[in-house]
Amino acid sequence: MTATDPVHETVNAVYVAESRRVLATLIRLLGDFDAAEEAMHEAFRAALEQWPRDGVPGNPRAWLVSAGRFKAIDSRRRLARFDGLDGVSDAVIAVRDEAAWADPEALEDDRLRLIFTCCHPALSSDAQVALTLREVCGLTTEEIAQAFVTPAPTLAQRIVRAKGKIRDAKIPYEVPERADLADRLDSVLRVIYLVFNEGYAASSGASVTRHDLSGEAIRVGRLLVELLPEPEAIGLLALMLLHDSRRAARVTEGGDLVLLNDQDRSKWDRAQIGEGVRLVERALAGGRPAGRPAGPYAIQAAIAAVHAEAASGAETDWGEIVGLYDALMRIAGSPVVELNRAVAVAMRDGPAAGLVLVDAILERGDLKDYRLAHATRADLCRRLGRMAEAAESYARALALTKQEPERRFLERRLAELAL
Amino acid sequence: MKYLCLVYMEEQKLHAVPDRECVACGEGLRKGGQLIAAEALQPIETATTVRVRHGKVSVTDGPFAETKEQLAGFYLIEARDLNDAIQVAAKIPPAREGSVEVRPVRELAP
Repeated sequence: MTATDPVHETVNAVYVAESRRVLATLIRLLGDFDAAEEAMHEAFRAALEQWPRDGVPGNPRAWLVSAGRFKAIDSRRRLARFDGLDGVSDAVIAVRDEAAWADPEALEDDRLRLIFTCCHPALSSDAQVALTLREVCGLTTEEIAQAFVTPAPTLAQRIVRAKGKIRDAKIPYEVPERADLADRLDSVLRVIYLVFNEGYAASSGASVTRHDLSGEAIRVGRLLVELLPEPEAIGLLALMLLHDSRRAARVTEGGDLVLLNDQDRSKWDRAQIGEGVRLVERALAGGRPAGRPAGPYAIQAAIAAVHAEAASGAETDWGEIVGLYDALMRIAGSPVVELNRAVAVAMRDGPAAGLVLVDAILERGDLKDYRLAHATRADLCRRLGRMAEAAESYARALALTKQEPERRFLERRLAELAL
Repeated sequence: MKYLCLVYMEEQKLHAVPDRECVACGEGLRKGGQLIAAEALQPIETATTVRVRHGKVSVTDGPFAETKEQLAGFYLIEARDLNDAIQVAAKIPPAREGSVEVRPVRELAP
């Protein structure tokens, strides 16, 4: 069979569109990640053999789930015979419940079950990220290892351990109940945002934007909003779209960083901004009926939306941005949020007002090893003409950065001071 | 499925949780059919560690490992899955002061 064979192409297209759904349902039916993966691959192998002969079935996904299920029953029977055990009936009965796989609502929920299980708080953060990319996004272990600059065997081991814990500690394959939903959703959103940020601002390595990861995070974010339109899920999707809309303007062709205020705003993706802004409005309105305050992702997205809608840095409504940071401080305050608020205050009231706030944060020692705190201080001192202090802070930021384009940016700034 | 909930606390905080609260917690779990066994332990000064090496028994004073939080008691429970076990662990009163480690029980091969 050649790659141009139309049925072969159909199978490939079905794989891209449906393999994650098929996997999600097979995990529920078989109760085991590895067995489900094997069964899914067997099912696609069977499709390659049978579809050219019998034609493509009307509902390829149902066909694949059913084929995978029977392949799994077969292989369990073979295994049982090989082991000389009679205990196979349990395994067969476990996958024989027709109603459990024919109900369309249960099938949709399977994708949510998969997301919540991969992001279960009993798994380490690293494992949650790896498992989500592997099982929900369908990336290969090698692709994930490359994206995270981690040796492939380390990553494979992480995934094996996580699957082992799901099996041995019996992490259930279910969508959490209403009472636990908010906490569990937080953990899912954190994983998605972590993947996005890893792609958007790689913390190490030569490239600032590892777009594949950002794109995967946006895809999972979209899927989550489709399946579970909670205000914070919508807020996170908006936040990612708005950040990502500036991708083309964030770095020069030579790979150098461009600060927000210096970016060529004609390079921003207007369609994506439009979608992001509409989602922000939905996220902010979504909390209101229940009297809930807007969540941290919705507020951060609202801040990004104010930037996105401004024609230039000077025309940005910095007063509104300071107000949004105040709201963010109240519900999810942290030294980093405080630092960002200080930058907005500096834009609204001038660099001296911002510097007072930044110095207060640094004096508390909270961010003394945070490169962006020193880079911010350096920039404010530079704007105030306090060049010696600026140079000292740039040098400190330089010593703390691990990212190549950031290093070049800081070195450039430091050199400009000397002129 | 069985889970062992190991309660870890700093020794000086042992009395921060009144006994009657722990008794009530155990009673509640027993009534719900989830409790298999639960006990609180004497402080670590009473601990003795035993090892057998080359057939020879060695006995030393003190716990197996000196850590900030020490094993203070345990609950052996029956739970549907890890989420169920986590809910039980969160209700164990010392969880407020120390930590509760939840471990699935491994069935020994015959």
